[in-house]
Amino acid sequence: MCPGTISGTLDVSRIVFGETGMSQSVGKEYAIEMQGVVKQFPGVLAVDHVDLQLRQGEIHALLGENGAGKSTLMNLLAGLYRPEHGTISIKGDPAHLRSPRDAIKRGIGMVHQHFMLVPSQTVTENILLGLDEPRFLMRLSEYDQRVAKLSERFGLIVDPKAKIWQLSVGEQQRVEILKMLYRGADVLIMDEPTAVLAPQEIEELFRTLRSMTREGKSIIFISHKLREVMQVADRVTVLRKGQVTAAGLDVASTSTDELARLMVGRQVLFRIEKTPHQPGKVVLNIENIHADNDKGLEALSGLSLQVREGEIVGLAGIAGNGQTELAEAITGLRCITAGRIVVQDEDMENGCTLTAIRQGIAHIPEDRAAVGSAPNLNLTDNLIMKNYRHEPVARGWTINQTAANTWASGIKQEYDIIAPSIETPARLLSGGNLQRLILAREITAQPQLLVAAQPTRGLDVGAIEGVHRLLLAQRDAGAAILLISEELDELFALSDRVAVIYEGHIVGELEQEDRETVGLMMTGQWQQEPREPREPARSTAA
Amino acid sequence: MTSIANRSMRFPYRIEVIPRLEKVPRWMPPLVSLGAVVTALVIGGIILAAVGGNPFATYAHIARASFGGLGVFSDTLVKATPLLLVGLACSIAFRMRLWNIGAEGQFMIGAFGASIVVLIPLLPETTPRPIMLLVMAIFGMAAGALWGLVPGLLKAKLNVNEIITTLMMNYIAVSWNYFFIFAVWSEGGFEMSKVFPKTAWLPRLSEYASQVPIFRGLTTHLGLVFGLVAAAVVWLIMYRSKWGYEIRLIGDNARAAEYAGIPIVRNTVLVMMLSGGLAGLAGMSEISGVVHRLQGNISPGYGFTGIIVAWLAKLNPFAVILVSILFGSLILAGREIQPSGIPKLIQGIILFTIIASDVLLRYRIRIVRVQEEA
Repeated sequence: MCPGTISGTLDVSRIVFGETGMSQSVGKEYAIEMQGVVKQFPGVLAVDHVDLQLRQGEIHALLGENGAGKSTLMNLLAGLYRPEHGTISIKGDPAHLRSPRDAIKRGIGMVHQHFMLVPSQTVTENILLGLDEPRFLMRLSEYDQRVAKLSERFGLIVDPKAKIWQLSVGEQQRVEILKMLYRGADVLIMDEPTAVLAPQEIEELFRTLRSMTREGKSIIFISHKLREVMQVADRVTVLRKGQVTAAGLDVASTSTDELARLMVGRQVLFRIEKTPHQPGKVVLNIENIHADNDKGLEALSGLSLQVREGEIVGLAGIAGNGQTELAEAITGLRCITAGRIVVQDEDMENGCTLTAIRQGIAHIPEDRAAVGSAPNLNLTDNLIMKNYRHEPVARGWTINQTAANTWASGIKQEYDIIAPSIETPARLLSGGNLQRLILAREITAQPQLLVAAQPTRGLDVGAIEGVHRLLLAQRDAGAAILLISEELDELFALSDRVAVIYEGHIVGELEQEDRETVGLMMTGQWQQEPREPREPARSTAA
Repeated sequence: MTSIANRSMRFPYRIEVIPRLEKVPRWMPPLVSLGAVVTALVIGGIILAAVGGNPFATYAHIARASFGGLGVFSDTLVKATPLLLVGLACSIAFRMRLWNIGAEGQFMIGAFGASIVVLIPLLPETTPRPIMLLVMAIFGMAAGALWGLVPGLLKAKLNVNEIITTLMMNYIAVSWNYFFIFAVWSEGGFEMSKVFPKTAWLPRLSEYASQVPIFRGLTTHLGLVFGLVAAAVVWLIMYRSKWGYEIRLIGDNARAAEYAGIPIVRNTVLVMMLSGGLAGLAGMSEISGVVHRLQGNISPGYGFTGIIVAWLAKLNPFAVILVSILFGSLILAGREIQPSGIPKLIQGIILFTIIASDVLLRYRIRIVRVQEEA
């Protein structure tokens, strides 16, 4: 904390008691204007000449798939990154934002998806945290009153004296918003605010957002959920692969169909030669399962799905609709609360990874670093994770280190894992190499069923192709593969069937590529439409 | 922001801390540990000088009093024996990131467990010595394992913080022992039991002085062999067995271990039991090899010093041997200097510098000139 900046950082009285002097007129002046903004990361052009205009007092949705550049763009605005090119103007004045502190000084506040609150402290204490005022004496009751007034004014009802851990997720989010308002934010960036909320809480949030715009605040609402955008936003900017596909579209004049198309896009696919598939008997049969997510909310609600021998079933869906939980349920990492999972005509033991491994289920986890590997153990130890129980790696109760090392060296060579030696700790591997290690480990076990979650996320083009070839080779060898991905290109290129998951259940299956239908299914529009027979999609609801 | 600019004008250099992405060379970790010990001795020396002592004379005295001859070295080994076993106990638990700081209590209860064989008595005094000692060792380990089982089960089943439970159980163990030595087995009202029969004494080197004259007066006992064998066994378990692989995997990334189908609950309980059992064996070795009776004050904090030993050895079982000898010498020679103050102080500083030195292994520290911002 720099003691030289006590005065001038913020003027609380203006925010709390001040005049609503903000002009109510819309359109004349942009609260924020970004022009030709470029942000490059090593190997990726994350934001590619993006323009964005935020009007005073509007809710502006920023729509796009994962990795489209939404968060990067907003981090530029919040001062976390600096753009390589382009300009950012705030109320017409060019701004050079060097830090989040800078951004908040200029009235831009970001509410992140993951809250940054101290659970054991009160709402007021959290709001005051990091401010230069109060200086020595806390005089909490006085500040409690200020916070109460502020929350009343914006309809963000929360008890200033409550401790954070006592609050629901929705209330914690209100505290985060209050934090920004207290710091004098005129522009609020909400990063996927609905991802963590229950449906009723979402309704409340939307009411709050509208009441804030009435008070003259401008809001950028990041989302990939079309329905919400249609419901709450005034205008929408759509991003795809770092570029704007629609700038400042009036929500009233557009449709979810159009937005889905703009978001998912149409383009020629790069396809790998794929032999015609001959599916055999059913390997995985999921019957009407239910499971909760880590927060205890229901993530899978009556999901049924089958995967056969020699077949890749793609699972499409927007992140957070139950994909992760499904992969974990099948592989025994998560308990199901109802329904059953049958693998090779045998009922799976609920929540037991060891049985899953013994039944020949391999799993390429979504989070390579946190689940799929042990960062400080070496390559050998990481490679033997699934087969250390058996010959030749095991010998009685011991591990035959020589055999393990020989085997690991062979795998390292065969799968082209680039590392100085098999003694190298896994944390020193690049993302692509780590993914090859995990694939190698899972595939050499010759699985009956392979659950691959986001197997190519974050990999470069060459590595992606390698992963695709390995998956297809497994299919041709007779494995049943469930491929979970957010990349529609990948799903259509590899899968024999694509099932679409939405809010914890399968809304439909397709055998041919039909992006429009998939887009509708992924965003939950499909159910609401009349069930006209619309080939080639077919519903599995029956 | 202006104040930062001002400050950087006053200090034209700034320390840059960069995470190490490459593997550190093999020679580096031992050298850094050695450097940490030396640094600790220097800091201790400064404190000694500040309070009016002569650090050089003090350190020379410590060295003489613990390594200066066969007799004193043997005494050092006697002090090192419980530290070795307790250090191993801690290192195996810490490897799985189970923070067992209850080795002190497990040590006490281990001593109690061994004592009941003699004091109840479970075996008559005339039992052949090997059988007597074996049964005592088994009872000592079992009692320690039981003391580890309780926090292990609580941690595994209910996710109760093992730091709290193991720490609290230390006090229970101490009071438990006091109850018996003050009441049930008290000899003449003193806080000690009767002396064990000779069959319950671990053999000392001095017993063989008639065959090997040089052993005369040497107090090193069989417990040291227990410790050395335990170090080898712990190493085998850790680095050559399936179980050890599971422990290391859980310790490094519990989620990955779960994903690999490793039962975390069972391993938590088993590791806590093994850890407690080793500490319990240390307790048995101490009463059977040194004091030959159950009494109060059998440990000058061996259980806590074992934590330092384990960290200083970087959880490596063989390094635990060397470190426990170093700490054994500090305990022994420390008494020559001062009953408590300085030796404990040096131990504490060593732990501090060892933990701090880890930064050097994980980060590359550079001092760079600050560029004036335009």
